[in-house]
Amino acid sequence: MKREIGGGRPIAELENIHLSFGGLQALQDVSVAVKPRERLAIIGPNGAGKSSLFNIISGIYTPSSGTIRHKGEVRPSRMRPYEVARLGIARTFQNIALFSGMTALDNIMTGRNSLMRRGVLGEALQLPWARRQEIEHRRRAEEIIDFLEIPSVRRTPVGELPYGMQKRVELGRALAAEPELLLLDEPMAGMNLEEKEDMCRFILDVNEIHGTTLILVEHDMGVVMDISDRVAVFDYGRKIADSAPDDVRRDQAVIDAYLGTAHEH
Amino acid sequence: MAGIPVANTFPRLLQANAEHSGNLPAYREKEFGIWQTWTWSEVNEAVRFLALGLRSLGLERGDRFAIIGDNRPPLYWSFTAGQSIGAIPVPCYQDSVADEIAYVCEHAGVRVAVVEDQEQVDKLIEVRDRLPELRAIVYTDPRGLERYDEVEGLVGVETVVEAGRGLHGRDPEDYEREVARGRPTDIAAILYTSGTTGRPKGVLLTHTNLIEPARRAVKFDDLTRRDEVLAYLPMAWVGDFVFSIAQCQIAGFCVNCPESPETVLTDLREIGPTYFFAPPRIFENMLTSLMVRMENAALVKRRLFAFFLGVAQRVGCDILDGKRVHPLQRLLYAVGNLLIYAPLRDVLGLGRIRVAYTAGEAIGPDVFRFFRSLGINLKQLYGQTEASVYVTIQADTEARADTVGSRFPGVEVRIQDQEVQFRGDGVFQGYYRDEAATAKTMTEDGFVRTGDAGYFDEAGHLRIVDRSKDVGALTDGTLFAPKFIENKLKFHAWIREAVAFGHERDMVCCMINIDLEAVGDWAERRGIAYSGYADLARQEEVYELVRGAIGDVNADLAKDPALRGSQIRRFLILHKELDADDGELTRTRKVRRTVIGQNYGELVEALYSGRDSCRVAAEVTFEDGRRGTIEADVKIWDVDAAAPMAAAA
Repeated sequence: MKREIGGGRPIAELENIHLSFGGLQALQDVSVAVKPRERLAIIGPNGAGKSSLFNIISGIYTPSSGTIRHKGEVRPSRMRPYEVARLGIARTFQNIALFSGMTALDNIMTGRNSLMRRGVLGEALQLPWARRQEIEHRRRAEEIIDFLEIPSVRRTPVGELPYGMQKRVELGRALAAEPELLLLDEPMAGMNLEEKEDMCRFILDVNEIHGTTLILVEHDMGVVMDISDRVAVFDYGRKIADSAPDDVRRDQAVIDAYLGTAHEH
Repeated sequence: MAGIPVANTFPRLLQANAEHSGNLPAYREKEFGIWQTWTWSEVNEAVRFLALGLRSLGLERGDRFAIIGDNRPPLYWSFTAGQSIGAIPVPCYQDSVADEIAYVCEHAGVRVAVVEDQEQVDKLIEVRDRLPELRAIVYTDPRGLERYDEVEGLVGVETVVEAGRGLHGRDPEDYEREVARGRPTDIAAILYTSGTTGRPKGVLLTHTNLIEPARRAVKFDDLTRRDEVLAYLPMAWVGDFVFSIAQCQIAGFCVNCPESPETVLTDLREIGPTYFFAPPRIFENMLTSLMVRMENAALVKRRLFAFFLGVAQRVGCDILDGKRVHPLQRLLYAVGNLLIYAPLRDVLGLGRIRVAYTAGEAIGPDVFRFFRSLGINLKQLYGQTEASVYVTIQADTEARADTVGSRFPGVEVRIQDQEVQFRGDGVFQGYYRDEAATAKTMTEDGFVRTGDAGYFDEAGHLRIVDRSKDVGALTDGTLFAPKFIENKLKFHAWIREAVAFGHERDMVCCMINIDLEAVGDWAERRGIAYSGYADLARQEEVYELVRGAIGDVNADLAKDPALRGSQIRRFLILHKELDADDGELTRTRKVRRTVIGQNYGELVEALYSGRDSCRVAAEVTFEDGRRGTIEADVKIWDVDAAAPMAAAA
């Protein structure tokens, strides 16, 4: 099955972004764009600015200067994370950020938050529309549980789950928001080979079946080279390369900065 | 019995259920976290369309078709659908590798395969060049199969059902005519035995073979349409066919399919089956995990648990058996039931059990008694695929750990040259395309050789002692059943492995592997220092401990006139643990008696020469793969034989 990467305007576009914390330049003049249905990987050494970039897209940080566009429209310079979530952008975190005392199911249900209509009274009185809404959200959560093959831990508090499973639940919560753009911060970190293979399969299925656009930060080069359409390389807050995986692999600047195999011949 | 339809083929049974109890639940499956229900009339309709649809794929009367997957309602329906048009279902073990599935499908010459999902489809595609007769693969779960459009003959079950619906619309009598052509003497299924030795054999069973014994079992345990079962054992196994198809259709009870193999324990709790089957290891695992959880409970709970468990062990089994128990004890048990046993049964998902069976292997007497003492009606039966399951069975009042019950109604059982043989209407028609094996298994007068050695005790209960080929005799002619003795030894917590010798010898001697964890823990609590297995194994205190355990086994053997002479007279504790890497155990941890006999020839001779120790050097494979030798002095101790009267007291 040949996958169509959408042409035309990018779903998210960052232009000349600067970000600094006091005197520290976290991002310098960064421009990067991702097209609908594309799989973009971002790599770079620690402190290169990868997570900062995610935090800017998801509204946690506000850039010092530069423009962010969403589907061609300029985003307000300040947006709260929940406002970003309503644009159809969801993310996972480098260090798992789940509610560890809550079950896998409840954690995934929290991902539906941005799609729930408000109405405390209706919920409290269990009015028909509130119940219909609850059932619909639960159905979607169950579809995700089925998709990620985690029904056996549905009722288990996530704090009791092994690490690889927690990563899966976190992906589930991000998917629950039905995002158009999904930001994955090191989805494979700390996993064994089998868990990585499973995770790759889920990520590819999300992209291919649901057409979700992906940006992932990942250190496992095998994974990056296998699953991404394009790789953007960061170093000291700058983007130093941005092209197809094979080209990036041969790029001397990238080798020097990151892959660290400059002197092999 | 009123309400139980009398029909003699599976499709007719289904029709009768749809007529009598169309709106009652027949199958349930948990999907998206919710139990979905299908009524008998819905199932009947689904089966009708599926049958005509399968026929439109080229499946004809007499053709074989494979069924592969976890327990799923549509797969169960495909059994009856195929049978309706005279085709013969051949269920395969869903966890088999592609090569094993290929063997069964090739041997049976299947024309169509009805499978669960991508995993099974992949296996069939992998071996398709070996299956020229396979025309179509029908899948029930489309997930991951979106990219398989180029695979020839691959079709979703919905498409097949729709085709069948169309055919039914054009000729509404079509299906009825097909069902009417079915005879009770037609082959209803070919069940391949998993075969611990050699290639699996296809057991041919007719509708009558499967229906009649199942009908008697329904009557035996008074199963009704109010009963519930959880279908979680492999569909290729004869037991699942009998419990989840035959008895389900005869009694009209509902079959519940788990959400996934990983959720079985949760699903068990939610469904609370009233009729339940599990092999011994499942009960053993339940008990172990329960004990581990109790170890970690608060002190008060632990004390309470220990106290009432003691009460249950003293009187629980007797109360369940309906024997007389002191009123005070009965009261104490009732309190225990309220506080401990009932919540425990509920946690295990066994809260509503009326009848539970275990079979297949010997169950540890402690495990068996534990469940019965909690008020769970766990019983044993003895059966085979070749018998459509039932050979012997325990009635509610005669459940015992060491027998497998008395003759199942309508079955003749005899002991010929120590071998158990049976005859009845459940007896199979032969092995498919294997007349040599059939001739070897069937006697001229129609009995089936089980290959198991056993005998009936005074109460008329069958005891299985061993596989016939392993049973030997002492020089004085006493029956010697090594596996039987070894199993009894292994039920002791201190003993991990045991190897018994005695064939063509004047007495029984054995070699023991202690359980390092259990004995190590015991030693630590007593301040006995040891450096490792070999050191622990040679301690006098440990020898004393093991002698005690062997004494118990001897006392047990002494109760039995046939086995009284085969009590263990001498033993030693091996200086190293038996290991599959050294070829001493099989990969499934069964002892290889002959290999051990050769490797430790000196020790065997020392056991029989009356010496009290023996110096040995054994070759071992270390964890890292290096090979080396261990030298040690192994002590040999005598054990007293128990007197039959003392044992009875």
